[in-house]
Formats: sequence, C-alpha cells, structure tokens
Amino acid sequence: MALYTPDRSQYPAKKADGTLDIDLASGKYLKLWQGPNHPGITGNMSVELTVCGDEVVEGKTHVGYLHRGFEKLMERRSFIQCFPIVCRICVPEPDFNEYCYAAAVEDLSGIQSPERANWMRALILEMGRINSYLMYLGGQAGALGLGVIGQWTTYARDLMLDRFEEMTGARIYHMFILPGGVRDGLPDGFDQRMEETLREIESTMKDVHDVMFHNAVFKKRTVGQGVIDPAWLDQYGVTGPNARAAGVAKDVRRDQPYLVYRELEFEPVIGHDSDIYTRSDVRRRDLLMSVDLIRQILAKMPRSGPLIADMPSMLHWKIPRGETYVRGECSRGEYGYYLVTDGSGFPRRVNVRGPSYTHAMALLERMIVNINISDVAALMVSLHTYPPEIER
Amino acid sequence: MRALHIRLQHLFPLGELTEQRPDLGFVTVPAAYLRPTLLHLRDREGYTHLVLLTAVDWLEEDLFQLTYLLSNRSTGCDIGLRVKFPRQAAHMESIHDLWPTAATYQRELREMFGIDFPGSPRLHEEFILEGWNDIPPYRRDFDTLKYARANYNDRPGRETHDPEQHMKQQLYPDGA
Repeated sequence: MALYTPDRSQYPAKKADGTLDIDLASGKYLKLWQGPNHPGITGNMSVELTVCGDEVVEGKTHVGYLHRGFEKLMERRSFIQCFPIVCRICVPEPDFNEYCYAAAVEDLSGIQSPERANWMRALILEMGRINSYLMYLGGQAGALGLGVIGQWTTYARDLMLDRFEEMTGARIYHMFILPGGVRDGLPDGFDQRMEETLREIESTMKDVHDVMFHNAVFKKRTVGQGVIDPAWLDQYGVTGPNARAAGVAKDVRRDQPYLVYRELEFEPVIGHDSDIYTRSDVRRRDLLMSVDLIRQILAKMPRSGPLIADMPSMLHWKIPRGETYVRGECSRGEYGYYLVTDGSGFPRRVNVRGPSYTHAMALLERMIVNINISDVAALMVSLHTYPPEIER
Repeated sequence: MRALHIRLQHLFPLGELTEQRPDLGFVTVPAAYLRPTLLHLRDREGYTHLVLLTAVDWLEEDLFQLTYLLSNRSTGCDIGLRVKFPRQAAHMESIHDLWPTAATYQRELREMFGIDFPGSPRLHEEFILEGWNDIPPYRRDFDTLKYARANYNDRPGRETHDPEQHMKQQLYPDGA
C-alpha cells in the first residue's frame, strides 16, 4: 500500500478547489499524452499524464473518440430494431449486450425465454468470456514486452471464433440472443469440435502459464504494482476480476445467479494480493473455469425443445410503462442494462452500465498517481478496460 | 424489499414501492431527502454499491428523473431511488463525497442532459463532446436528424431512395 501513499511534499500543492497547482512553466513538470494512438492504450481513449521526471503526479482519462450515441439511437428504434445494434456497443465481448438487452425487454414485457434458450445463452456468454480473456492476456503481456503471448492467445481465440461462426454465422457480432430466446440450436458435431477447441485452448494456456507467469521480467514489473485497496471496491464501484483479485468474491453468477448458473458447479476465482500479477492470474484461472463451465453446459443442456418464446408482432410490439435493471457477470465485471419504457413501441431510455465506466475513469485516475511512466500501460491493461462501453 | 420499504417510510417521506422483481424495487424520493436516504441505505442497510446513476427525460410531463441504483451484495437486492424535478430547474445535489465514482456519472449527465451538480469535481470539463454548442443531446427535444443535416455534408454522389419505392422498382421493374 506504500505505493499509493507517496510523500506529497515532493509533489505539487493542492489548490483550494482540490486540484493540483501545476506550474508547467517551471520546467519541473511535463504534460505527456498516452493515446489515443499508442500501443500501450486499450482502444480509443487517452490518458493525459502530468509527470515529474519519470513519475506520474496526475492522470486524467479522456474518452470521446468513439462516441456513437447508442443510447440516443435506441430511443428512436422499435424494440426489435435495437437488438442488432446493441452488440456493437462493446466489440471484444458483444454478447453481454445482447443478453442484458434481451433480458431487460423480457422482464418488462413478461416474456419467459425457454429453458433450452437459457442454456444456449449461457454457452455463448462463456465462449465470449474466454475470447475476451484471451485478448486481455495478449494485451497484458504485450504491455510488458512479451509479444509472443499475444500471438498464441490470438491463435486460440481464432479457434473459438470458428466455433462462434458455425454456431451463429458470424465471428465478432453474433446477433444471436434476441428478445424471447436465441436464433438457433447447435449444429451437428458441435460438441466434438468444441471439445477439440477447448483442449487446444488448455494447451495454449499451459504454455502461457509457463512463459508469462513464470517470466522474471513479468513478475518483477507486476508483483506489488498497481494495488487496489479492498476499501476502494464500493467507493469506486469495482467489480469482476479486479474485485476478486482483492480477495472479495464478487461474482454476479454466484451472488445473483441468472440463466442456468444455479445448476452449474463452480466457485468464484479469487486472489489476495490485488496487484497486476494477481489480477492477471485471476483472469487466467477464470478462463480455465469457463472452459470447465462450457463442458458442464454441453453435458447438461437439453437437446430438444423450443428456442424462442411466443412473441408478439415485432412491428406493433408495445411494452407497458415500467423500468428495470438486468445484470450479468462479463469478463470485466458487472455489465448491466437499465431500461425504461413508457407504453410506446420504443424504449424511453436505455442506459448501459459497463464495468469500464468506473474502472477506467475514477479508479484509474486514482491508481495512476506515483507510478513510473513505463508502468502506465501495464496498469491500465490490468484493469481490463474497453473504452466503447464508457462512451456507448 | 417490502420490509425495507416500510422501514424507510418510517424515516423518509417516500413514494410507493414499484416491485419489478423480488430482488429489485424502485421508489420515488423527494429531492431534499435524497442524501439522507442514500446515506441510510449505504451505512445502515448495507446498500454499499452504487451500480449506476442516470437520467430519464419525461418531456411530456416537463420532468427530469434521476435514478440512483444501489445494490446490497449480501442480500442480492437492488433498490432504485427516483428523484424527479422540473426540467427548467435542472440541478441536483452532488453525491461525489459519498461515492467518488459518482463524479464521473455527474459529469456525463451535465454534458448529455444539462443537469447541474454544483460542487462536483471537474464538472465543467468536456467529457465526450468537444465544442458542443447546441442543447444537451440526450434531451428528448434534441433532434438528431436536424442537427446532422445542419452540421454534416452528405458524401458527394450519395443518393437517397425512398425504401418503399426503391424496392417496388427492384422487384417489379415493369410496374406490375
């Protein structure tokens, strides 16, 4: 914790309004922009750093390079027209948008998705989680100079994208979980091909474990670095692996089970040191848990039965006035949709609660103080932030 | 959820509970009682996690609604506090001292809905929009199409078709 209680006498004084009194003309401080085009930045965002020598004294997150106004767009679209656009809110793990939107609409309109559809939804969400973690591991290693890990995990991710393609017809934006159920069942021979993919992913993860987590440089630069104090979890709305690495078993799948998670056997993966290394390790173990969950889902899921509930006419579908919030545990933490309806054929308000919204803004700005410039990328990646879900 | 609502009603003048699910309820709070209600829920009832803070524009009723969604992990319950106030008096007390992360939500709400939170840190810094000179874009009376037509040029050579006429021509070129 010593890392985040620096000797503030070395740093700029605070003004009456709480901001730092930084005199750039003194030559002691320098403004440095990391991003928006920087290999150490995750996606389209930037961090405005004020540095003193090699040390960061202040960091401000800037977003807005990717704002597409989805929440506004959806207010002018019918409920079914919103379905194909929600997945585009978050590129690397789009399925949670589809699930949360569908579940929120179902909750307000009193529709119950069939059991088989729930199993299919859980399957696709776990597949997406593996993809997201694989992308993360490549980025986390890359931020510390281990370029080869990204190549291996991209290979493993590509295999999973093949499974997505044969299941949904698309590799990135699947548009599979629609209000009322899912679009289709599993293709013939899917189980066997999925098992081969899972074995290949396990084999890749063993190599990743050996090369990344036993690497002396990786350990030296991540152990004890970027610590999240457990007391910050509620203050900053920290969820997901960032919270679990701090020893708090926050996992929506366990705390408020949705879909079929009550019928699956698993324990939330936790760590205790709350540093970059622990967060990476929690995600690696969580990925392996998802591999196990997919095996459980394929073994238990019903192979016949309806895939979609009886739905009203999509063209004239109106939902009574109401509001709801639906959440799920995505690879970064709590993902949720707050949906308000007013009795018309369009949503009155949709608010997307992405975990990066809190992690990449207030939390990152607090953690970035007093670290070395060269560690900024590793710290930022370790929070696993996806800018598209900040600005929607 | 009902028991919590009854306990809260003894302390604060709350509206009726809308029980959306057994673990999710929404209740309307007068603006003056928002902070004590939030503090009570956070410190006495275990609702320590601020899930989100967002606004809804009820243009027809001339009201803004702010929704503060709090979660209690030990009971797995969520409660949404609704605060409604006139659109002309769009300001609300800041809660950044209760949850530091609320400052980000408030910054976005000020930019997108024009709701002011006096005292909230960096409130007037641009969050997403740069050099915005129109009414806040997430308000219901902001016309996206009109704004786009006034500010952006069409790509040269672009044609626009009426979908109905276009499909008729494609499918029945002879006009059958």
